[in-house]
Amino acid sequence: MNVASLTIGQIRDGLLARRFSAVELAQEALRFAEAQNPATNAYLRFSPERALSAAARVDEKIARGEDPGPLAGVPVAVKDVILTKGLRTTCGSKLLAEYVPPYNATAITRLEAAGGVILGKTNCDEFAMGSSNENSAFGPVRNPLAPDRVPGGSSGGSAAAVAQGTATLALGSDTGGSIRQPASFCGVVGVTPTYGRVSRYGLTAFASSLDHIGPLARTVRDAAVLLQTIAGRDPQDATSADAPVPDYTQSMDGRVKGLKLGLPREYLKDLTSETGDLIAAGVDAFRKLGCEVREVSLPATDYAIGCYYVIATAEASSNLARYDGVRYTFRSEASGTLSDMYRHTRGEGFGAECKRRIMLGTYVLSAGYYDAYYLKAQKVRALIAQDFARAFAEVDAIVAPVSPFPAFKLGEKIDDPLAMYLSDIYTITGDLAGIPCMSVPCGKTAEGLPVGMQILAKHFDEPTMFRLADAFERAPR
Amino acid sequence: MKITEKEVRYVADLANLDLSEAEVHKFQADLDEILGHVERLNEIDTTGVEPMAQVLYAAGEATLRADREIPPLGTDIALANAPQPGAGYFKVPKVIER
Repeated sequence: MNVASLTIGQIRDGLLARRFSAVELAQEALRFAEAQNPATNAYLRFSPERALSAAARVDEKIARGEDPGPLAGVPVAVKDVILTKGLRTTCGSKLLAEYVPPYNATAITRLEAAGGVILGKTNCDEFAMGSSNENSAFGPVRNPLAPDRVPGGSSGGSAAAVAQGTATLALGSDTGGSIRQPASFCGVVGVTPTYGRVSRYGLTAFASSLDHIGPLARTVRDAAVLLQTIAGRDPQDATSADAPVPDYTQSMDGRVKGLKLGLPREYLKDLTSETGDLIAAGVDAFRKLGCEVREVSLPATDYAIGCYYVIATAEASSNLARYDGVRYTFRSEASGTLSDMYRHTRGEGFGAECKRRIMLGTYVLSAGYYDAYYLKAQKVRALIAQDFARAFAEVDAIVAPVSPFPAFKLGEKIDDPLAMYLSDIYTITGDLAGIPCMSVPCGKTAEGLPVGMQILAKHFDEPTMFRLADAFERAPR
Repeated sequence: MKITEKEVRYVADLANLDLSEAEVHKFQADLDEILGHVERLNEIDTTGVEPMAQVLYAAGEATLRADREIPPLGTDIALANAPQPGAGYFKVPKVIER
């Protein structure tokens, strides 16, 4: 058994044919992941007891002749911003280094009920704020395909684990591109579902109007199966959508002939030449599949970065106010008065990027600036959403690059926050509009660096997105 | 200049963030550059545009759960991560002198 390349289907076949047990698979997956992890720092900690007991439950079900569930025995890595009951969850922050959640996120409950086996928690930018995974208090993650380069962020550990083969699936979170951009940089599939499609109960809040949980996997089909198990209404999250969850794998029937795809002209002008060539070849592949590709315009794109960094930081400054030394494990030693305790706990506990965003968010919400910044940004957000609505009146889906460039070098952008923010240009628009979008591998540069193709669809039209991604993945190129 | 060091100190105070002198200096430069970029939002005409506060849930799409009591976590579990629990409460430094 080559644990590094297994798919959900192969695991299911192996278990049902009794070629291996879930416990044997979990032991081998843990052994492999622990041995490989020093090369990337993708995992922050492993959870062998939890994994082996989940695997044993799968084996018992199989022995009793019961259906072991759609994720039976599948090794899963979980981004460390998603709460796992009894398993330390740090959010990549010194502030939560010792935090042990008292409950599971709904996505965790559902994936474990489906037979999934959680191997451990993955590294990420602190509180999911970053595009390179260099903002983790527990060290950066290295790209498994190019160790001197970043894996992308903020779900860098999750993407690296799937690419490295130390997990079959991973959960990530996406607020401005944090699933798709690392998926693109590491050459795996990453899905940001429609806003509200997956419950955020137990996802540590960063920017509540933008936060999503979503899957990372090595194949489109595996990503769709994971989304299928975690999607749907959750009474614990009032923003989770009540819309029925269609059968995503059924949509992957190869029938993409005649679908109309929009190629937004605003997304093509700042690409490196190799990324541009790979995206052009990918668009050609869609044409060869029988799709009709036409240019569309999303004119508010140029304002998306400014819009996003006002809204996301404003919401973050509110959400992160709770880390004040009262409730969540870390309290500064230097706290004579209550006010000092708040200030010192936060000053010592947060890393530079979180502080920068708290400052920006507090500033744009402060007296006298609300209308100029926050209200203005909300209006521009409406225009960005209208751009997509107009485009989707003409086309079934939009195809675009995920990032203007492939994985960059560790340290290359860390001292220039605006340059780092600008690298999110093609991913934040999907989050602002709340539409489903994903990254699917689209080839590699001469140096061997992966480039992702982004597919964006209408609200709740994950079926069209998956139909296209699956056909694209299987198309000869 | 969009933001001065004095304003940076004021905002840090609002945010309950203790910043070093070096951080005040760095954030003044960073925020100035970022706000300069954000300023471009003024180029776009938003006359008559309704602000977008959330993504979905026009009338009827929002779904609230039934208003029924559900058992809470309980005090012991809620306090398990407290830096300083005591007598069933989160303890903090003294606020009022007797």
